[in-house]
Amino acid sequence: MSYPDDLRYSKEHEWVRADGSQSTIGITSFAADELGDIVFLELPETGATLKQFATFGVVESVKAVSDLFAPVSGTVTEVNEALRDSPELLNSDPFGEGWIARVELADPSELDALMDAEAYAAETG
Amino acid sequence: MTYSPHTDADRALMLEAIGVSSVEDLFADIPASVRAGSWSIPAPLAEQEVRAELTRLAGRNRAPEVSFLGAGAYRHLVPSVVGEVIGRPEFSTSYTPYQPEVSQGTLQSIYEFQSLICELTGMEVASASHYDGATAMAEAALMACRLTRRHRVAVSAGVSPDYRRVLETYCSGPGVEVITVPIDLAEGGSGTTDPDVAAGALADDVACLVAAQPNFYGQLEPVRALADAAHAAGALFVAVVEPTSLAILQAPGDYGADIVAAEGQPLGIPVSFGGPYVGLMAARMASVRQMPGRLVGATRDVQGRKGYVLTLQAREQHIRREKAASNICTNQALMALAATAYLTAVGPAGLREVADLGMTQARHLVGALEAAGVAERRFSGPYFAEVTVRVVDAARRHAVLAERGIVAGHLPGADEPELRDTLLLATTELTTDADIERLVSALEETA
Amino acid sequence: MSVAEAPERRDASGRGAAFSGAAGGEELTIVEPLIFERSRATRRAVRFPTASARARERGAGQPELPASVLRSEAPRLPEVSELDMLRHFNRLAHLNHAIDLGFYPLGSCTMKYNPKVNEWAARLPALAESHPLDPEALSQGSLELMWLLAELLKEISGFPAVSLQPAAGAHGELTGLLMARAFHRANGEGETRTKVLVPDSAHGTNPATATMVGYETVTIRSNERGGIDLDALRAALGPDVAALMITNPSTLGIFEDQIDQVAAAVRESGAIGYMDGANLNAILGRYRPGEAGFDVMHFNLHKTFSTPHGGGGPGAGPVGVSSRLEPFLPVPLPVLVDGDPDEVRRNAWAGRSTPRARFALDADRPQSIGKVRLFYGNFGMFVRAYTYIRSNGDSGLRGISDDAVLAANYLRMRLHDVYDLPYDRISKHEVVFSGRRQKRQHGVTTLDIAKAILDHGIHPPTIYFPLIVEEALMVEPTETESLETLDHFVGVMRDIAARTESDPESIKRAPMTTPVGRLDEAAAARRPDLRYAFGADAGAAAPATPPEAPTRGAPTA
Repeated sequence: MSYPDDLRYSKEHEWVRADGSQSTIGITSFAADELGDIVFLELPETGATLKQFATFGVVESVKAVSDLFAPVSGTVTEVNEALRDSPELLNSDPFGEGWIARVELADPSELDALMDAEAYAAETG
Repeated sequence: MTYSPHTDADRALMLEAIGVSSVEDLFADIPASVRAGSWSIPAPLAEQEVRAELTRLAGRNRAPEVSFLGAGAYRHLVPSVVGEVIGRPEFSTSYTPYQPEVSQGTLQSIYEFQSLICELTGMEVASASHYDGATAMAEAALMACRLTRRHRVAVSAGVSPDYRRVLETYCSGPGVEVITVPIDLAEGGSGTTDPDVAAGALADDVACLVAAQPNFYGQLEPVRALADAAHAAGALFVAVVEPTSLAILQAPGDYGADIVAAEGQPLGIPVSFGGPYVGLMAARMASVRQMPGRLVGATRDVQGRKGYVLTLQAREQHIRREKAASNICTNQALMALAATAYLTAVGPAGLREVADLGMTQARHLVGALEAAGVAERRFSGPYFAEVTVRVVDAARRHAVLAERGIVAGHLPGADEPELRDTLLLATTELTTDADIERLVSALEETA
Repeated sequence: MSVAEAPERRDASGRGAAFSGAAGGEELTIVEPLIFERSRATRRAVRFPTASARARERGAGQPELPASVLRSEAPRLPEVSELDMLRHFNRLAHLNHAIDLGFYPLGSCTMKYNPKVNEWAARLPALAESHPLDPEALSQGSLELMWLLAELLKEISGFPAVSLQPAAGAHGELTGLLMARAFHRANGEGETRTKVLVPDSAHGTNPATATMVGYETVTIRSNERGGIDLDALRAALGPDVAALMITNPSTLGIFEDQIDQVAAAVRESGAIGYMDGANLNAILGRYRPGEAGFDVMHFNLHKTFSTPHGGGGPGAGPVGVSSRLEPFLPVPLPVLVDGDPDEVRRNAWAGRSTPRARFALDADRPQSIGKVRLFYGNFGMFVRAYTYIRSNGDSGLRGISDDAVLAANYLRMRLHDVYDLPYDRISKHEVVFSGRRQKRQHGVTTLDIAKAILDHGIHPPTIYFPLIVEEALMVEPTETESLETLDHFVGVMRDIAARTESDPESIKRAPMTTPVGRLDEAAAARRPDLRYAFGADAGAAAPATPPEAPTRGAPTA
């Protein structure tokens, strides 16, 4: 299993795509597969402050529920409203259309604490 | 009488297949120090003997000849057809419908139940049932706390004292404070909650105002104004309603209720010494994820056939565990089916007749009591089918009448000292003119 | 797939051809419309008399209901004839599997036979029509029944006190933890004891209940034998722990063979020992938590004591408590106020009343946690449970556990070669298999296996619980199933295991003979349709076209 190599990954199966001080976050295909058909996502609000590794929302599937842990600290500048009506995007395109939020990074060096694609692939076996 | 089919030969065969010589070997892992000693349980009984025992116990009850008792449980007609429906073993001996392919009977009947409760209450979503009206109300209050993120609840003293006791117990769990909003108990007063008094109790950390319609004393509350007062304070309005009254009274969804709780016992469930009953809960779709209890939803199968499933299960304890909104698992499904069958059997016209008859007989009762000079209304203002009347020396006379087989309602004075000399009298479609005459005469005789 | 290749339709369910599922291209099964769809304006079933003229006369002059409180439109309840109504519910009933139709080996639910004499008893008018607030002199039979049932439950569990008030097992758990907290508060430790320990095999209600009482849940791992890890437990116990909630036998169907040490460790640490009594069917007459160091246990009358499950309730969850928790029991409590308890019991066991005996409801209990529900409990279930216990009696109750444990171990031995057994030990009344082998080797999950079982007129075992077993399959036969039924089940399970290897697609297509096939649960949750849409097309909120059939094996015409 290989994962997009332009992303960084957390142990809790979230990813972040950094672009200078801006970033996009989401959950990985591994998480989405484990959860099964995702039916609901509790999205953060724009303007909310995230703290790396702290919970920021909840994702629910038919048979499971899971906290979302922020892979980075920062301020939410935008959330993916499409997920409200189509949470299934998290299953079908978790790294693309299924992005969860855009976050202005508080501290880009936090990315060092995350894994690269190869390490994440090894971690998830 | 036992129900195991196993013969000695069957048991021997199983022991051999397992590879042990006696069933004792299968209990060898119980530490010797905690093996049960002897117990004092009576010998088995054959069917005719156990029937005799239950007949003995039933025989120690005395049915009143005349009863005006309500106060939370009401004697209504349970149509014969309702008993037939819930007596079907496919409904009674099946489990929670976790395997929907073989549970469409249960699932569809719950969907119909949810639909009926939404229709009666004017709300958007109803759960598959709770234990009873009081626990439904308590869970509604806690739901309001989660929705508003506030930690106090206000409840009108017009809500049944027992409901409020259950609310206190449930709120003690997460440490939610319960504030009681007094009602006007004065003689000739309204017997209801004053919206300004309610507004005064609604600080900005109060999650909801809970009021009953009709209230415990039979009086009709100014529910629209109470809902407005709650909303003005950023709180939710929880309405506790009586289901048969909803044939006539405005649906709580139309007067601003955010969550509705009710006791469904009047809908085809016998009084049965207090249980099993059925708790009803309904809310707006926007709050559905905070609503406890099971929910059934419509969907399609792989061939496109319509079917029903338990849904939004990620709210519940078996998935969310310590993060669940409530721990509820088993609810009151068969009683919800009884309510569904009842509402189908009576239909809108029948439910209207039930409500009308109850109300007519309540007014007849008050008129007859006042004409005889033995009692008069404690409160002014409109009432439904239960009424609080002033009776001199109520407790003594209630006891005397009880010995004669006449249950003159409930004594609210036990919980509310200011109502010491009153009786709470309920009438239903089963109350006859002769019953009323008997009560009036008996009260005259004990003056 | 062409019609020629469509699998042979085998209806082993016993349900009959009328309700067989379609297997691609055939006539769809009977769909029973919603009752609202049968409604026709002005049809009626039950009628009521009209109020007398005298009544209306007498009642005139009372305050009118103001228009502002009145409903503007009548509720749209169904308008159907009594016959149509009955047919509707009977046809719905036909769509259900039930104990009265076939085997129902749901682990942890104890789906034993529900005796009909219990129903006869619950329907006795003097019991069914007794009002909970009637003067106590009129309710001596109801009160005596509750008192006697409590006495029997005390004997069965070894606890000196019992409350019948909780409406279900989870409600009993709530009651038990509220009492634990009251106990700790009375000892000045209410603020410091903030945690509840549960094993990782615990039923979801345990941690959910802890949360409802404001406790933090700490999970204790199980050891390799399937019991709670005693060292981990001892390490976790301390002055900040309010209670341990444990099930014995565990949810793995295994007796905790160190339960004596568990109970001792909990007691010594000052915590309350809570026993989840869901698995009592395994240990009647063999182990009594109340005399083995525990403080509180809930009973499930709808499991061990045969009251019907009703499609999801009503149940009843009475609690037994130790003497140190007794002061905190919910109010009111049925008590004997006049008469000698020994004499009353002796007489009752011999089928006699004690005329001098008088029962009452005691609400004067200052340390009580209060009320957990309206009135006194699910009385209708007490009648059934009392009837059941008296029917079985001393030897019958013991025999229940003997036969339940025998049957479960029999199934264990007949199936452990074809399904993985994570804990290869003597079971009690239920046995947990794992579908791990089938999943890894053939991609067939426990869910698929469960759906395949449906085609044989058998309800599947509990699946995916407990959480600590991968692809869990929990089988509880109970003591009321004949050897033929057990052997038939073994045959079905072995056949499915074999077909998992030879024809896995046939398992993944199941069920094929049920009234509906696998349902789209994701759509149900994403676009909830939770009530009938009056005025629109029936089920307007449901998707207009069927979802894309899953690629794993759905037949196409």
